[in-house]
Amino acid sequence: MLNHILSLMLAVPLLGAVACLLVDGRTARTVALVATLIDLALGIVLWSQFDVGGARWQFQENAALFAGFSWKLGIDGIALMLIELSVFLMPICILASASIEKRVGEYMAAFLLMEALMIGVFAAQDLYLFYIMFEAGLIPMYLIIGIWGGVDRIYASYKFFLYTLLGSVLMLIAMLWMVNEAGTTDIPTLMEYNFPVEAQKWLWLAFFASFAVKMPMWPVHTWLPDAHVQAPTAGSVILAGVLLKMGGYGFIRFSLPMFPEASAHFAWVVFALSMIAVVVTSLIALVQSDMKKLIAYSSVAHMAIVTVGLFAFNVQGLEGAMIVMLSHGLVSGALFLCVGVIYDRLHTREINRYGGLSINMPKYALFFMLFTMASVGLPATSGFVGEFLALSGVYQASSWVAFVAGTGVILGAGYMLYLYRRIAFGEQKNADAAAMPDLSARELVMLAPIAAAVLWMGVYPESFLAPMRQDIAALDARLSQARPEGDAKLTAGKPKAAGEHHEPAQHEGAH
Amino acid sequence: MDWSQSLRLVAPEELLSVAGLVLLLGSAWAKTARDARAITWLAVATLAVAAAIVAPWAFGGVRGAETLAFYGLFTADAFASYAKLLIYAAAGASLLIAPAFFERVRGYRPEYPVLVLFATAGMGIMVSATNLLTLYIGLELNSLAAYVLAAFLKDDDRSAEAGLKYFVLGALASGILLFGISLTYGFTGTTSFAGISAALQSGVSTGALFGVTFVLAGLAFKISAVPFHMWTPDVYEGAPTPVTTFFASAPKVAALALTMRVALEAFGSQVSAWQQIVIFAALASIVVGALGAIGQQNIKRLLAYSSINNVGFLLIGLAAATPAGAAGMLVYLAIYVAMTIGGFVAVLMLKDENGNQVEQIADIAGLSSHRKVLAACLAMVMFSLAGIPPLFGFWGKFVVFQAAVEAGLLPLAVIGIAASVIGAFYYLKVVKVMYFDEPAMKAVRHSDWIHQALLAASALFISPAGYLLTKCLGGLAAAAAAALFHAA
Repeated sequence: MLNHILSLMLAVPLLGAVACLLVDGRTARTVALVATLIDLALGIVLWSQFDVGGARWQFQENAALFAGFSWKLGIDGIALMLIELSVFLMPICILASASIEKRVGEYMAAFLLMEALMIGVFAAQDLYLFYIMFEAGLIPMYLIIGIWGGVDRIYASYKFFLYTLLGSVLMLIAMLWMVNEAGTTDIPTLMEYNFPVEAQKWLWLAFFASFAVKMPMWPVHTWLPDAHVQAPTAGSVILAGVLLKMGGYGFIRFSLPMFPEASAHFAWVVFALSMIAVVVTSLIALVQSDMKKLIAYSSVAHMAIVTVGLFAFNVQGLEGAMIVMLSHGLVSGALFLCVGVIYDRLHTREINRYGGLSINMPKYALFFMLFTMASVGLPATSGFVGEFLALSGVYQASSWVAFVAGTGVILGAGYMLYLYRRIAFGEQKNADAAAMPDLSARELVMLAPIAAAVLWMGVYPESFLAPMRQDIAALDARLSQARPEGDAKLTAGKPKAAGEHHEPAQHEGAH
Repeated sequence: MDWSQSLRLVAPEELLSVAGLVLLLGSAWAKTARDARAITWLAVATLAVAAAIVAPWAFGGVRGAETLAFYGLFTADAFASYAKLLIYAAAGASLLIAPAFFERVRGYRPEYPVLVLFATAGMGIMVSATNLLTLYIGLELNSLAAYVLAAFLKDDDRSAEAGLKYFVLGALASGILLFGISLTYGFTGTTSFAGISAALQSGVSTGALFGVTFVLAGLAFKISAVPFHMWTPDVYEGAPTPVTTFFASAPKVAALALTMRVALEAFGSQVSAWQQIVIFAALASIVVGALGAIGQQNIKRLLAYSSINNVGFLLIGLAAATPAGAAGMLVYLAIYVAMTIGGFVAVLMLKDENGNQVEQIADIAGLSSHRKVLAACLAMVMFSLAGIPPLFGFWGKFVVFQAAVEAGLLPLAVIGIAASVIGAFYYLKVVKVMYFDEPAMKAVRHSDWIHQALLAASALFISPAGYLLTKCLGGLAAAAAAALFHAA
């Protein structure tokens, strides 16, 4: 079974999706929950059987089913972590969909299909198989936003579909060129292939067009707030939790190792866009009156920290970017769930309609507090580990970028704490909001595992870093040939002469 | 070269012509709808036998001198056989869906299957032609039958109008084509493809260039490539839906295969003479097909623009002028036929409570709430036409773009694929209307089992399961393309 565990993890939700289409709504909920729980169990087996420090690519399988490409799966530590994130969030999403009453079977089928495709994206080892999985996610997501979304769902679904499609088709042409040049569709081989530097630049731009939209980076992020606001709660969780990670995964799996020189050449573009994104979207988040929009804009800001970490070209930056991605997947997913909890009760996302919820919903307020703090990056939560690593990594590359990206943490504290104050503290302005009951058992079951994971990642991040360490070291070695010189001029510590050692601290203290 | 050998090679065309004549005679005695149905089934059986004759040639990858009949006027190589398989399948499907449609308007007559058989025989000659005159005979045999088919519902104004428009514009295109043929003959001294290729080896004179241009313009009309596409939406909308299905599938395959053979065999020694024309037609078809479809209210017109759009993508494979490009086109054609049949059969199945056809896009609003399977199949066809993976339509686009990139036509590939996003917009619109809008509850009536079976078959073909066929399909197409380039 272990030889085909990845195929099995793809097959279970696919079969579940077909089953959901054939049965009535009530049964479909059960089928979907069972299918996602089986995948979660398989995911746990996958993690426990993953040989940390062993072969770089594990659980490989290959079946030459098609002409031109093959059914080739396999994972490294990076893919493992993202698959774990997907299978962990899926059962929670199914539980969060209790308020869906329209076309339940199709809804569950769309989600299960999404799960299969997400696992497929992270596990694919064939370039074209990756592309098919990557693009196929558009169809279920389009339907999820369009059928079960809010008022402006149609506009949001079009925007989501066409933006991401335009980005991806250019990547397809780049892939065709690469395969023609390198003569293979095997991703691990392509990761070692040295493309001519001039060609790398064009290829990098084509891949960037796709991943920047998926990520999303400023200024092509505008589909995200629309899609988030209009998607149902579970759709937002999957969108923020896993779909956004496809962009970051694309950078770390394709752009960086396949085009290291071009990545170094264009790093300033990424830095510039990310710096703008951190400041601008944080400020936009500050003035939102819609909770989901606020969290959506905060996602863009957090993803900008991921991109600066990735293009820092060092181990800390890469590790930090990965941890921010995992942490953001958990935290923003949880925040959307928190919004969903009160949205289900009052059917509004207007922040002003709530207030003083810590009085009538103390358990809810506690969880919401934890996730707010994790989003801000409080030590002992997952957010701190990732942001600290990413910023310390980018500091070696450019202190200015670190400075501007660092303001994101402060602004993040600003808008998240402001949000929390308006929702949970203060007076109970509205009688209907004051009468809302506290978390139900189902909602507790949804939020508690995420809270545990957030604390685990914050207190002992080694569990999550260990599987990725070897892959990130290999990537770092691959990038070393093109690494641009940083402006930090770090020198090895000299224990007796402590003066130089304080330089980073002084810099931090300057603002 | 003996006559028995030649007669053996044209066996499918002989069979179709003789069967057409016999069934025409039989239809003189056909009184009731039941008789007409029986004749339809006989015609389908004839097509199946013809397919059984050509299948070994397609699978065997036959090519070279032993496939030439009648002193090099006609060839039954793997390329022609592959195209014929697609044509017979498409023609068979258009026959099967017809009775249920025409009986509703009391317009079914046994002449329908007979005309389809004659048109199919003409298409067989088109794809097998290795001489400009054989080409013209095949083309006219197909066209004359097609004009009558377009006007088959003689009491319906739209159908009569479609037939007249098709005839007038088709006659004009035939004239352009003949003019090109005469110029080509005048400047090369031969009408045989091999002879033209040899004569052009040393260079293209201005006169011969005019000949190439006019021949391609005439053929562009038949494949409805921009700028010769104007007739397509009107004819597709006006003709009875089974006839539209036929027009959009079988003659498209035949005309495209013919264009491939003319371009790659007859003018194959001077690729640069026609490559620009094909690149222009490809990009213009993609863009015009996509932009034109956006404002359409009638689903048949929308599918007409979609077919113009798809022809543009197919021509990208021709522009590459490589065996990989030709093989890519053939794979795409097979998928295109399945998508077209699936799309039009789904349209045929849209009926209101009185059994009348529903053709307005607004009328299928909310279809997914009461006709789940039908809406899902139509949505699959739309996503597949848009080329969104994991549906099989993606593979067709993928192989032609792959060939274009391999041939170094990178700008063409980039512009073409970027324009495909415009096309995605209107395909999405249909899905949006069916899934996101409030139900209009217009299309409620169920259709007969043949429609359902055909829709299920084409939906299965364009589903992700279709990728399992890529090896078989790719092998057949590669053998067919090799036959084409062997002769060149």
